[in-house]
Amino acid sequence: MTTPIIELKSVGKSFRSADGKARSVLEGVDFVLNEGEIVALLGQSGSGKSTMLRLMAGLIAADDGQVLYHGLPLYGPADGISMVFQSFALFPWLTVQKNVELGLEAKGVPPKEREERAEAAIELIGLSGFEGALPRELSGGMRQRVGIARALVLEPEVLLMDEAFSALDVLTGERLREDILDLWQSGQISTKAILVVSHNIEEAVMMADRVLVFASDPGRVRDELAVTLPRPRQVAGTEVRKLIDDVYGLMTGGSLRQGQISAKEVKLQLGDRLPDADIARMEGILEVLAEAPFLGRADLPKLAEETGLTDEELLDAAKALTLLGFAILDGGDIMLTPLGSQYVHTEQVQQHDLFGQQVLENVPLVAYIRHGLEQDPSGDLHQDLFLRLLRFTLDAEDAASALRIAIEWGRYGNLFEYIYTTGVIHLPRDEEATQT
Amino acid sequence: MSQIKQFFPRQVVDAGGNRWDWVLLPMVLGLLVLLAYGGQQMATPYQVGETIPLSLEPDNLPYYLLRTTLRMFIALGASMVFSCIFAALTTKYRAAEKVLVPILDILQSIPVLGFLSITVTAFIALFPGNLLGVECAAIFAIFTSQAWNMAFSAYQGFRTVPAELKEAARVFKLSGWQTFWRLELPFAMPGLLWNMMMSMSGGWFFVVASEAISVSNQNIKLPGIGSYIALAIEQSNLHAIGWAIGAMLIGVILYDQLFFRPLLAWADKFRFEESGGETAQGSWLLAWLRRTDRLQGLVAWFGILFERSFGVFRLRYDGTSIRARPQTASSTPERIWDAVIAAVVFYALWTLIHFVHTEVGWSEVGRVFMLGCYTMLRVVVLIFLAALVWIPVGVWIGMNPKLSERAQAAIQFLAAFPANLMFPVAVVVLVKFHLNPDIWLSPLMILGTQWYLLFNVIAGASTIPTELRYAAQNFGLRGWLKWRRYLLPAIFPSFVTGAITASGGSWNASIVAEYVTWGDTTLKAHGLGSYIAEMTAVGDFPRIALGIGVMCVFVMSFNHFVWRRLYRMAENRLHF
Repeated sequence: MTTPIIELKSVGKSFRSADGKARSVLEGVDFVLNEGEIVALLGQSGSGKSTMLRLMAGLIAADDGQVLYHGLPLYGPADGISMVFQSFALFPWLTVQKNVELGLEAKGVPPKEREERAEAAIELIGLSGFEGALPRELSGGMRQRVGIARALVLEPEVLLMDEAFSALDVLTGERLREDILDLWQSGQISTKAILVVSHNIEEAVMMADRVLVFASDPGRVRDELAVTLPRPRQVAGTEVRKLIDDVYGLMTGGSLRQGQISAKEVKLQLGDRLPDADIARMEGILEVLAEAPFLGRADLPKLAEETGLTDEELLDAAKALTLLGFAILDGGDIMLTPLGSQYVHTEQVQQHDLFGQQVLENVPLVAYIRHGLEQDPSGDLHQDLFLRLLRFTLDAEDAASALRIAIEWGRYGNLFEYIYTTGVIHLPRDEEATQT
Repeated sequence: MSQIKQFFPRQVVDAGGNRWDWVLLPMVLGLLVLLAYGGQQMATPYQVGETIPLSLEPDNLPYYLLRTTLRMFIALGASMVFSCIFAALTTKYRAAEKVLVPILDILQSIPVLGFLSITVTAFIALFPGNLLGVECAAIFAIFTSQAWNMAFSAYQGFRTVPAELKEAARVFKLSGWQTFWRLELPFAMPGLLWNMMMSMSGGWFFVVASEAISVSNQNIKLPGIGSYIALAIEQSNLHAIGWAIGAMLIGVILYDQLFFRPLLAWADKFRFEESGGETAQGSWLLAWLRRTDRLQGLVAWFGILFERSFGVFRLRYDGTSIRARPQTASSTPERIWDAVIAAVVFYALWTLIHFVHTEVGWSEVGRVFMLGCYTMLRVVVLIFLAALVWIPVGVWIGMNPKLSERAQAAIQFLAAFPANLMFPVAVVVLVKFHLNPDIWLSPLMILGTQWYLLFNVIAGASTIPTELRYAAQNFGLRGWLKWRRYLLPAIFPSFVTGAITASGGSWNASIVAEYVTWGDTTLKAHGLGSYIAEMTAVGDFPRIALGIGVMCVFVMSFNHFVWRRLYRMAENRLHF
């Protein structure tokens, strides 16, 4: 017997690309947020999970489909829906008390009642004594507590949390997460449903009744996972570890049912987004992977623990490694390929060449840049040419990031050089000499 | 064992306030009396053609100072209101932004005297038989020297409100009115105050021209420091100039201590960088005000009264209401609007060409452009020379933290000090040594604006990261290499910021600096500034318009092709 609160019916959202055509960020999303549940949205950056949260907050309007709140269309921010922001979004010139009162003041609640309700919310979240402080006097964790009190004081039916813990250090984030779960569990707050956007897998598994995994290009819900374990959950418990493992598997492209990597995910197109992976980090992972205790095969959560990387960093690097043929992903595991172990054991100088060769073979954008340079009599081209090309398929930010990554990889692999101050890409000087 | 207690009546016990209140009371009352007196004097009967009695007796200076200061604060208040309305309109309505921002860009490059010559008659006609009309004209002239940069800073501030804060304001359903007071204005406040201080200095610079109105065949001198100086110049009275300098000095100190310091210290809470960072400005007056009891209560009461408006102007529906439904965006009104703008621009261009053709002739246009080139040459050379002098000095001061703190206050003061008071001295020297005015009048242009250069270089040098300093020491960087590889790139962005302000100010100052009078002697340098000044004195409208128009073109293209590029370069590459 579940009562839906917010419903998304085949919702789509797009942006305008360089040629004026619409490119979708989110496509055909069906989703129901029911009373009494916590739902987590997981996915890599650019997969549209934040867009979906903002659709439900009424901050942006859907291009296709419908967003319904209690069965009625939602056109803007609604009274029963409140939000907690990633970087807190506190007004730095207002005291903690005034910040918490903000929503009440906007609603026209009389000062006396406003004060009492704000004080109650501040006490609930464990900040009593700090009413008169300015946000800049508080630590990150305390600031986010203010952000939460500000949302809770409105007694919202739905609480939306946009990566609310990701700007905090791990311990503080965990504390805050547990406090919220306690409030939820004990029924001290009137909130009937919570939606959490996150890129931390453990966080999602610990909090949610349902985990939705997003796929990108265009953003859509790829998989859904129900978490039926009773709360409070133990991070170290076997069921939780198993779930985290499963989600890693889902996130890295495999589907639970097949245990296979779909071909479409691996073969890259010219205008695709590139995983934002630092080369030093990729090499580090390869080395850790080659050594004991992993010896070529590692469970992703264990690897995350060993390397101290966040889920997002690890997944991006893993994606890049598979893309370049140095590793393969299988379920929640990553395995070194023969090429990968060859890479680890060669000299630094040859590493560059091997890297270059793999990039050229597997990243169409780099191959295209190199091809253009070889064709061009002067051997140099401006980066804007490629940026404009990418803008046909990506939005401004993603296009810039894809080009930046392509340039970084190409430079490392001795395929071309790049001058930051002028934005010109050119063939390596020594090669140019041999060419002419 | 009963203790004897004395009970005083309540009125005696809480008769109000603490000692801080009581000490402040005479100050507040005195201020109110002064305001009332000054205000009353502004609206006395007056017929055009009458001469208002003025005297060079130093005894009159406090009164003149009061009148001038009052005018400047009224203009400042008007500028503040104008800036807020401008920023609110341009950030809320795309159609308004399209028109208002370019207009402001043009207005900004129009020299202050230009406004005065065009508007003075209209203002006098507005209040027949009363001094208020002339007062309004003077205040308006001061306003035009203050408003534009404040409006731009407010616009910038409103536009750069972080996206997440804007979203928060929407999620918590703040209405437009609430967002303005709670989010946008506080966010823009630090920049706005900083520009307000610069505007105040700018206002002093033109106070002579604004009070002693000698345009369009009018010759009115309003009581004030500016008129006092103008009279002293007419009568070549160097002693009076000295007295005026003294009075201005006191005026600058007074409003700095009583107005800007407390305001800056108070506005420290609007700083957006959430980390602590640099120490706040201190102000003895603010500390005092904060210790008062009654006054604080009064302020809080006003605050509560004002916050009631939030209850009145609030959003009365939420996102589930049909009223929140976005209107289907139609591009037709926007296209029509664009067409209207284009039509108006074409019409204006056509009128301009027609006007030039019939009224002044094309050869005159060519001549004025030539004069513009002279003035531009002066500006460029002067900025270069000033840079040669002030960059080393600024870097040296900036690298000594103790020195730079004291120096900053002194330079702020120097920047506020009206450089045109030094002009008579310059005339005396030039005449005595028979120097060529074309060359030796030029330095006057940068006299007042060079401080921005120094100020910014100091600021830039003091923010060079300590690690970088150690690295430079460690590598033993010396001589020219040290400047080229380390110091110059490090201060470049702040230098460009300072140079933009300095060059803008120099263009504006050229009108005053290229055409200087002292008693019967008039010295004139060939240039656009002297052309405008001359034509203004004569009241030749077409030629004033031409001169102003050409100056606009010069200033705007200079900004666009030189400064903006340098600025972008600095922004992209040379920062930490």
